[in-house]
Amino acid sequence: METKKTIRVLIAKIGLDGHDVGAKVLIFWLRDEGMEVIYTGLRQSVEQVVEVALQETVDVIGVSILSGSHLSIAQKLINRIRERELDGVLVLFGGTIPKDDIRALKEMGIHGVFPSHSKLAEISAFIKRNVRYGGGEDERNR
Amino acid sequence: MAKKTGEAEVRPVVSILGTPVKCFYGPEDLPDFDYKEKLNDPGEYPFTRGVYSTMYRSSMWTMRQYSGQSTSDSTNERFKYLLKNGQTGLSLAFDLPTQIGLDSDMPLAEDDVGKLGVAVDSLEDFERIFDGIALDQISTSFTINATAPIILAMYVLVAQKQGVDPKKLRGTIQNDILKEYIARGTWIFPPEPSIKLVGDLVEYCNKEIPRFNAISVSGTHILEYGANTVQAVALAISIAEVYIREVLKRGSHIDEIAPLFSFHLPIGGRDFNFFEDIARLRGARRYWAKLMKEKYGAQDKRSLQFRFSTGGMGGGLTAEQPLNNIARASIYAMAAVFSGTRSLNLACFDEVYAIPSDLAIRTSLRVQQILANETGVADVVDPLGGSYYVEKLTDEMEAKIGEIIGKIESDGGIVKLIESGAIQRELARQSYAIQKRISSGEKVLVGVNKFKVKEEERDLEVYKTDPETINRQLQRLKAVKENRDQGNVESALQQLESAAGRGDNLIPYLFEPLREKATVGEIIDTLKKVYGTFKEPTTV
Repeated sequence: METKKTIRVLIAKIGLDGHDVGAKVLIFWLRDEGMEVIYTGLRQSVEQVVEVALQETVDVIGVSILSGSHLSIAQKLINRIRERELDGVLVLFGGTIPKDDIRALKEMGIHGVFPSHSKLAEISAFIKRNVRYGGGEDERNR
Repeated sequence: MAKKTGEAEVRPVVSILGTPVKCFYGPEDLPDFDYKEKLNDPGEYPFTRGVYSTMYRSSMWTMRQYSGQSTSDSTNERFKYLLKNGQTGLSLAFDLPTQIGLDSDMPLAEDDVGKLGVAVDSLEDFERIFDGIALDQISTSFTINATAPIILAMYVLVAQKQGVDPKKLRGTIQNDILKEYIARGTWIFPPEPSIKLVGDLVEYCNKEIPRFNAISVSGTHILEYGANTVQAVALAISIAEVYIREVLKRGSHIDEIAPLFSFHLPIGGRDFNFFEDIARLRGARRYWAKLMKEKYGAQDKRSLQFRFSTGGMGGGLTAEQPLNNIARASIYAMAAVFSGTRSLNLACFDEVYAIPSDLAIRTSLRVQQILANETGVADVVDPLGGSYYVEKLTDEMEAKIGEIIGKIESDGGIVKLIESGAIQRELARQSYAIQKRISSGEKVLVGVNKFKVKEEERDLEVYKTDPETINRQLQRLKAVKENRDQGNVESALQQLESAAGRGDNLIPYLFEPLREKATVGEIIDTLKKVYGTFKEPTTV
């Protein structure tokens, strides 16, 4: 069994949406679950977030969007992640996301989608199961 | 732990204030209760029972559903649809770029154009929104803060174009920037110049558009951010005092400006408690009346009246079994009516998923219409007045509001606490605590942690933004820029910049750039040169 490292998570607000309490609640929860969490603050661009993810060598990028702009932002993020060869990172989206869009996001390559009102424990469990460092089975492509 | 009283198990209940709630209340809970001093008749100081004597017997509350669609044309259509269906006031939502002063073609804007409301780049967009709607016949509420001065100036210009005297304009502009630093994040400039702009707008409305509510200090977003129902009201009042002091220092008298202040307060949400929510608003009316009279020396009755609209909060609504949200919203609406609200916007059952569909928005309107027309709840003013329980709670709520505001003052004031991020930190922590109570099942949410169904009902038809929105908006913006005199735009913006540098009231300097078709983004960029931009404090 490989040694368990601390999971490093970047929680990001991309775009103009300023509703960040959900992101903060998740940050508190993931820290209580033993993860290291960095928060970008508001109004970040996809490029900024990917650079921070590289510099901080995070295992997970969690993006919170409640403004309905998740689809176009997700596509840009995925493209940027590929350009910068950050492929190993686990990418999650959360926020006000209609059901149809959950499928669309997963098809784009977002690993986990957690609409508002998702259970915090579900999110942390998903991260632990799927993160490269966390060990365990990978259900990303299911 | 449940206590035993004779044979019956008694379920323990604790109020939002942390005090144990008894099974019933009686005269001993209100010793030396003086009707005149504590309540008085509705419409009389201290206005505990309501700011008007006849309330809904002379005019029903304004039923206002928040709406704003991607573009100016679709918003215009939606407005006409709502007016046709009996809505009595309009409420306009703006997209995020408009709210934070970015044009649709600016970097960082593109993903958000037309997403949460209408995109307004120039005066032409604004004219289209109100096309065919006579501005002297309606009242309009604008949920806008950092760019509020620009939006108000546009409304005045549209009125003038329609031949309507701006003095006849009715409505409310939110113009409450401080809560944006706490909860919603649509700030642009640092707090100090932002407060100055709030003051500019209040001062301008006082002189030129006296029937318009120049400010609606909002507790709703603060509640969604994690404040409890009492904190949300207390913080809103504390913030209002900052603006009041700003305008007073310019030489206005309290009785000139206090009547321009209105509040938008939450009803419902995750901490909802029917009687507590009502008592808190009754207590707030009494607190405000005393504050204005005793601290600020106000004498005009209108200064002492704590006037508020309410927002039935989406935070208490659930993604699970979404039709249950209609029941929740109905109960919020009833609490709002018993609180004496002047206007009500009710969250829609599908709001957890997206911008409300036509059906959802109409249902929220129907809930209000049913209350007003079928139930009798609006027939008697303050029907809960005199209830031992409600009066006891009202006393406690008023005291708690004072205590919270006093603590803020002794900690250096709300502006300092916002700049350092202290308030944001505290409220985010509280939000986390509530979330954990829901997760553990300690706090029951029907359909979420109790009475669940196996099959999630997530198949609602939700409103979708037309993906062509951005292209249409970009073409229009391009056309605006091509068909204007660039020299005139620049000189108008130059004058605006000089006025900002001098510290003049900026509202009169906004008309010329707008007439010359300067964009919202260009105006804001001009002001950023003078005011700078806000840097977020670390809060987690």
